[in-house]
Amino acid sequence: MNIAGLIAGLIFGLGLVLSGMADPAKVLNFLDITGTWDPSLAFVMGGAIAVTLPGYALLRRRTKPLFAKTFAFPSRNDIDPRLLTGAASFGLGWGLSGFCPGPALTAISFAAPGTLVFLPMMVLGMVLARRVAPNSAQPA
Amino acid sequence: MATEFTPIASLLGGMLIGLSAVILMAANGRIAGVSGILTRLLDFKLGGISERPGLFFIFGLIAAPVVYATLFGGWPEQTVSRNFALMAAAGLFVGFGSAFGNGCTSGHGVCGLSRLSTRSLVATCTFMAIAAATVFVTRHLI
Repeated sequence: MNIAGLIAGLIFGLGLVLSGMADPAKVLNFLDITGTWDPSLAFVMGGAIAVTLPGYALLRRRTKPLFAKTFAFPSRNDIDPRLLTGAASFGLGWGLSGFCPGPALTAISFAAPGTLVFLPMMVLGMVLARRVAPNSAQPA
Repeated sequence: MATEFTPIASLLGGMLIGLSAVILMAANGRIAGVSGILTRLLDFKLGGISERPGLFFIFGLIAAPVVYATLFGGWPEQTVSRNFALMAAAGLFVGFGSAFGNGCTSGHGVCGLSRLSTRSLVATCTFMAIAAATVFVTRHLI
């Protein structure tokens, strides 16, 4: 499971770097529709979903993953205020910086000063969220 | 500042992200949501030994640019704001929001939309809209 995690993380990070998403300027330009718009991020999302959607559909026909007891597909489908507040807070920070958690972590080795300020504050934000709402272990 | 539109590289990079999500589910039964993986690692009460594959995932994510530079012989371009107060505030909002709303661009955006989850669709539309509005205000109004 550890090796599978490492390989998946490496491929994910290579995807982020190749797609240009480790560069916050590209992300901000995707969000700047009325300005210097760069539609690349839509191609990243499209490419990712084009692989993940059929991949997940095929996996759902199997009873269990290779190295674990069950598939941890999230089951919730309710729209609660927490989901909306969280997404809004995330969107604000994403729009200010051009960083979301994946690219920010991948960007560590670029060692830009802005990244090194952003990351510890992101971790602090996550810890705070868990203090406010401790029973939220569910993924996505 | 304008950036070059890279449809092919972005599509291929996106497909690698998708491949990673499928591998993680097929092997470990887990969603490839970066904020979820990181948040559970930070939660020592629920985390611990069983979350070790998540730690390895994060290692891989961080090591990727080094592997990329070794394979392709070039360090990719990156422009990060040097406004440290802004970056600190942004980090806090991103960390709090993704943990509180149970997902970020990968968990809700890629994996959630691929599961056809209404919850993830609502979250993705919300953070996309707020982020675009934030960029509009900071670049065109202020």
